[in-house]
Amino acid sequence: MAGIVPIQIKTAKTTQAERRAVKGSKLVPVILTTIAILFFVLMLIVPLISVFVKAFEQGANLYFASITDPIALKAIKLTLITIAITVPINTVFGLTAAWAIAKFRFKGKNVLITFIDLPFSISPVVAGLIFVLLFSTSHGLFAPLLNAWGIKIIFAQPGIILATLFVTLPFVARELIPLMEAQGTAEEEAALTLGASGWKTFWLITLPNIKWALLYGIMLTTARAAGEFGAVSVVSGHIRGLTNTVPLHVEILYNEYKFSAAFAVASLLTLIALINLIVKNVAHWKIQQQSKM
Amino acid sequence: MERNKKRKNILKISLASLIIIANLISFTGCAKETANNQGDSGKTEPITILNVSYDPTRELYQEYNEAFVKYWKDKTGQDVTVQQSHGGSGSQARTVIDGNEADVVTLALAYDIDSINKNKEILSKDWQKRLPHNSTPYTSTIVFLVRKGNPKNIKDWDDLARPEVEVITPNPKTSGGARWNYLAAWGYALRKNGNDQEKAKEFVKAIFANVPVLDSGARGSTTTFVERGLGDVLIAWENEALLSLNELDKDKFEIVVPSVSILAEPPVAVVDSVVDKKGTREVAEAYLEYLYSDEGQEIAAKNYYRPRNEEIKKKYASQFPEVELFTIDEVFGGWDKAQKEHFDDGGVFDQIYENK
Repeated sequence: MAGIVPIQIKTAKTTQAERRAVKGSKLVPVILTTIAILFFVLMLIVPLISVFVKAFEQGANLYFASITDPIALKAIKLTLITIAITVPINTVFGLTAAWAIAKFRFKGKNVLITFIDLPFSISPVVAGLIFVLLFSTSHGLFAPLLNAWGIKIIFAQPGIILATLFVTLPFVARELIPLMEAQGTAEEEAALTLGASGWKTFWLITLPNIKWALLYGIMLTTARAAGEFGAVSVVSGHIRGLTNTVPLHVEILYNEYKFSAAFAVASLLTLIALINLIVKNVAHWKIQQQSKM
Repeated sequence: MERNKKRKNILKISLASLIIIANLISFTGCAKETANNQGDSGKTEPITILNVSYDPTRELYQEYNEAFVKYWKDKTGQDVTVQQSHGGSGSQARTVIDGNEADVVTLALAYDIDSINKNKEILSKDWQKRLPHNSTPYTSTIVFLVRKGNPKNIKDWDDLARPEVEVITPNPKTSGGARWNYLAAWGYALRKNGNDQEKAKEFVKAIFANVPVLDSGARGSTTTFVERGLGDVLIAWENEALLSLNELDKDKFEIVVPSVSILAEPPVAVVDSVVDKKGTREVAEAYLEYLYSDEGQEIAAKNYYRPRNEEIKKKYASQFPEVELFTIDEVFGGWDKAQKEHFDDGGVFDQIYENK
């Protein structure tokens, strides 16, 4: 959410030296933009297109058959359930954490910030193994409890949801903290002194100020929740139609030599990425519209 | 003061909502469990079993499960759903140790099923005696897959040790198939050099010096060789080699059968503690026994596994070339010994691969 940088209009008073400097550097931006665009096309656009090319390689019929296959549908359903549970929880958590960190001073604040970043610095595989160590029914820390109650966490859906919760935890908070810190507490304080309640202040002042950053954080969380592979792979058990999410299903199809089907399902994940991009741009455009009014 | 109170309230509300959501998750988790466990009360109730298997059996069990579901329905009137899980044999055994509730395990080698019992007894120790032929309803062997026309002229194990040949095989630490590959090469070298263990070690070391990448499972190695185009020769399960030949491009690869190879016996077993807990013993046992039936053996043969049934073996004779096979018991004194000597940490494999 970069702000709009106002272009400085040079007045007639610019010195000779300055003018030369500007003229001389005209080539540099052209070269830099070309490099950036080339890199962008090579690293992002070409792979993106190739996913769709491979997906439709054997015709649209196979494409739709692959994504409406009962096992694929179950994988999609599981991924959607995972998103539906993890995204709201992490949104609420991210909001409260960011709010606490940016607007209040308290002991242990830095510790909290470090802990929020933890899932970023831990490899997803290790994150998955943590849950195995905790919830394995044979040697896990909670094994006696799980066995007594007959609850299954890993190699079942709750494990997948927990692992996804863990890896997507920082996104919303990380998006909000810098923005909220930059905005400071002046507006909230004004509202409170004018007699608004805490809730009212939050809904009418804080939330409107951060809504697009919040939306972006939610989109990032959703994308990661849909696409997470490593941590989920460790706790999944890879049971077809039961504990396979979309990315795991893609791997299975690929390993079964069903390349077109694998890419057809993979294209669904790519679509989520594209929708993300569009929403982000719309969000940006909305902000500009608002600031114009 | 007023302000602080309200802030605290907000915190309380958000905390409460978090707790409610967390509870909701655990409740849905529990509800799922009970629903799954209900299958066992009556014969007509639908029932679900989980088969945790190794990498290359995906196509085999896809076809076999359909046949078994039909057979079980005709016999008992009960609907059974067989869930499948595939991966490297060693890592699949690991998930069962960690609590993946497999009713049956169908893995690449006996040692992996034994290792499930390492921490505590999850299945009966005499599992391998409960079904005919050491509980291996089908067998396979180790062959080579080379590129069309055999450009490097690979005919036997000796050619794999030639320095200019690039060999693809998975990691024996995680893959069952890779352990068979390794032992097949070792057994060949012993036979050629009059049982000289040192010479066998040199020979296998020379082969592994030609391996550019060790994938974790057999299927990973096949895609490395077939899709990514790495290597001159893939050491593979016969079933995996035949499958890639027939499923993929017949014009791109050919199979080379070495003069001597190993009889690979991928065993099957019922996981006692799981079937007793879930009440699925009857169907799980029938599931494995039916692998020995004519239909089961036919499906195995169709999916390129060598059937135990002699008649069906004859019917598919053209598919399985005659090759001299030795068993792991003859040459290595069984899996336990072979595993300890060769594949455990600090074993022979570590020595030859680290000093590569």
